[in-house]
Amino acid sequence: MDEELVWRIAGGSGDGIDSTSQNFAKALMRSGLDVFTHRHYPSRIRGGHTYVEVRAAPEPVRSRGDGYNFLLALGDSFARNPQEEAYYGTEEVKPLSENLDDLREGGVIVYDEGLIDVEDVPDFEARVEANDWHVYPLDLRGMAREMGREVMRNTAGVGATGALLEYDLGHIEDLMADTMDGEVLASNREILEAASERVEAMEFTHDLRMPEGSHDAEQVLLSGSNAIAYGALDAGCRFIAGYPMTPWTEVFTLMTQHLPEVGGISEQVEDEIAAASLALGASHAGAKAMSGSSGGGFALMSEPLGLAEITETPVVLVEAMRAGPSTGMPTKPEQADLEHVLYTSQGDSNRVVLAPGDVEEAYEQTRTAFELAYDYQLPAILLYDQKLSGELRNVEEAFFDREPSPDLGATLDEDELAEAAHHASGKFQRFQHDPDNDRGVSPRSIPGQAGGRFLATGNEHTPEGHISESPTNRVAQVNRRVRKLEAIREELDARETTHQTLYAPVEDADYGIVTFGSQQGTVEEAVDRLADGHGVKSLCVSELKPFAAAEVTEFLESVDEALVVEMNASAQFRGLIQRELGRFGDRLHSLLKYNGNPFEPAEITEGYETIVDGAEPAPTTRFVPAAGD
Amino acid sequence: MSSFNAIGADRDVERDEYTPAIEPQATWCPGCGDFGVLKALKGAMAELGRDPEEILLVTGIGCSGKLSSYFESYGLHTIHGRALPIARATKLTNPGLEVVAAGGDGDGYGIGGNHFLHTARENHDMAYIVFNNEIFGLTKGQTSPTSPKGHESKTQPHGSAKSPIRPLSTAVTAGATYVARTAAVNPNQAQEILVEAIEHDGFAHIDFLTQCPTWNKDAKQYVPYIDVQEDDDYEFDTADRREAEEMMQRTERSLYEGEVLTGRFYHETGRPSYGEEKRAAGEMPDEPLAEQYHDDDHEWERSYDLLDAHK
Repeated sequence: MDEELVWRIAGGSGDGIDSTSQNFAKALMRSGLDVFTHRHYPSRIRGGHTYVEVRAAPEPVRSRGDGYNFLLALGDSFARNPQEEAYYGTEEVKPLSENLDDLREGGVIVYDEGLIDVEDVPDFEARVEANDWHVYPLDLRGMAREMGREVMRNTAGVGATGALLEYDLGHIEDLMADTMDGEVLASNREILEAASERVEAMEFTHDLRMPEGSHDAEQVLLSGSNAIAYGALDAGCRFIAGYPMTPWTEVFTLMTQHLPEVGGISEQVEDEIAAASLALGASHAGAKAMSGSSGGGFALMSEPLGLAEITETPVVLVEAMRAGPSTGMPTKPEQADLEHVLYTSQGDSNRVVLAPGDVEEAYEQTRTAFELAYDYQLPAILLYDQKLSGELRNVEEAFFDREPSPDLGATLDEDELAEAAHHASGKFQRFQHDPDNDRGVSPRSIPGQAGGRFLATGNEHTPEGHISESPTNRVAQVNRRVRKLEAIREELDARETTHQTLYAPVEDADYGIVTFGSQQGTVEEAVDRLADGHGVKSLCVSELKPFAAAEVTEFLESVDEALVVEMNASAQFRGLIQRELGRFGDRLHSLLKYNGNPFEPAEITEGYETIVDGAEPAPTTRFVPAAGD
Repeated sequence: MSSFNAIGADRDVERDEYTPAIEPQATWCPGCGDFGVLKALKGAMAELGRDPEEILLVTGIGCSGKLSSYFESYGLHTIHGRALPIARATKLTNPGLEVVAAGGDGDGYGIGGNHFLHTARENHDMAYIVFNNEIFGLTKGQTSPTSPKGHESKTQPHGSAKSPIRPLSTAVTAGATYVARTAAVNPNQAQEILVEAIEHDGFAHIDFLTQCPTWNKDAKQYVPYIDVQEDDDYEFDTADRREAEEMMQRTERSLYEGEVLTGRFYHETGRPSYGEEKRAAGEMPDEPLAEQYHDDDHEWERSYDLLDAHK
């Protein structure tokens, strides 16, 4: 992509970096560009190095870029350890010093000289010269203080950015007018203009300008977490229970904001065991319900998850992965909970696991998760990560113009219950061995319905729900529950649309890249770059259980070799492919990354080149060759 | 009018209706106190005229958890320690249901202790029956949270160094608004207390002494029992938290000294239940959640109409 801006705003956690970047991204979207954001932040309330990248271009942007080309270093107003020998280094200059490695040649730097002294940044002048960077120091804090409110230095930085890129600040002003008023709005406008004027008085040495674009249709800017929340609401979900944990908290908070307004219930509870238990209870009592967490909290949900499987209670759980094990790196993405989510809880697992690849898929697959959970009476898990959770992307507004689906799935009304099979004891046969469909689904009643009473139990049970250890009954019930997953696979295979995303810009590719979940956009961008001269295509898999066996097989059969890209150290997704398909071990290479940052496209192209001509992979990644290689 | 036609049916119910027409063979031992809970619950529900299909009996794991197998109603036999959070959600989702939760002392005071505290704290509208037999029965006689200090078992061969938990004091401290102790050996009092607990608008905790003749005490060891409301030696006001707490402390201690005190210990009437508090805060729907899915006129809002903030 030649014509693009990758703007990185860096500062301290708690300095308003996040909201400033969101507004900037929205302004760019409004002015006709496609945008994509990438967030990096510490596990700390105030201070610590944080940044957000906003990538903008006239054509769709699917991923973070390789590095970036414009740095706005705001200074960390909560910096600690100012002395040079401090354990974590000098924090004051980090918004500048920590970000230089990724800045592209010819890039632009605006830094707040009110807070950052470049004398404290090692080799700064030499690096500027060597990389042909264009540096514009500005006392942003001083300007903001002069105008009354220090927090406005962010606005000043945006004003400087706009001026340097010759971007029409009217878009920013409009946006400010949407969220501020009175004196606050007036002073922000003032500082925006003042910063812009101060920059315009400087001599511009850089070539970078804001790209220009236009949209054919109204766009909205959403994160993966927004999309999951909206998917849940449109699926008729009106109950959520949770306990805060990064990064799952985002979905929990969004749902909690919306639910009371639409007649729903949100419950913050004592722990994640309770959270999943409440979701199960709400569903049992006749609501569409969800819960979720990140790795550590999800571990606590193992038991209620198993109870939902054996009692055939529909429930949707979301798992927002972060780097583990244990507390790991709380604010950094990883895809290492795949096996945890597939297999946790005692006994044979009986669940759906979907991993959306981008914001639109997050919406779509949340709806699918509810649909499958309620139609087939089992837990469905949406597996995503810190990356997808927080990344913003523009989507056509019309994408969301659809009907809600509050249907509870396989339930009976009271007239149907009167006709339904009952045990001689009078109990409704909620768990029939051979229900009247070939999907293994035995319709349920809801407590309070006359003629519907039954026992739901975590013990193995007879059709009316009584505890039973009869071998014949056991086999019939297990087989029926297993049948449900087979039937889901058949249903998904018969659909006209698929949750997998095949990306094949060139015909007859000999090489493949396979990934799952949030790395989709980055892999596709890598394929685009390789398409010029290489026969390569990609498949991003979302249906992890029941596994999209036919599509993955077809893809792997069509290539000589494939690179499996995933963010973990033990190649869990490659392992899943081999376990599910029982073959291809000799043509699947792994490219793994687990340093806390998502892949950049160049790391994937380098990994690909490692297969093709034995080049060294990027030092931030680990390459594991196929069996036999 | 509820779309759940067993709810609020308001009819005379015979206690036999709570007995399964074909009764599963009870797994409880002869002489077990658990039979006393079953009998008292049937009597209480008949007295209150609750339709079996408007009752949801949520149980934990252990001998006590089998209660839902022998009591005819909607039953939900859950996980060890987790009956309370599951029961809470069922009541919030459909407040028309008569939700009763039950489990043992290990279930409620041990593994589920955190949920016990928070359910009491939040004052959820339900009765919670804890079968307290001072032992782990189903796993064959290990020391439980209510076993006395010095209790010897295969898991505490030198005698437990732990003082027993104080269930009544814990409940009232956490925020329960009705706290009572009854015993299987006292069926009349048990039924009366269950009636009060079920009718109470808030979290009603019943510590139910259920003898375990196989692994611990038999029925004789809970006799004689004293009803603190009937005995002039125990004058205190159940509406006064401080007096109630003193009485609870004494009751908990005396159990291990061979004096079985039972009765109502705390009864707070003014405090709204959690559902009411939540409604007052604007966080509970006017139309019960479970009803919305059966209401053809319910308007389901769309995310499409929430997108302004994203433009």
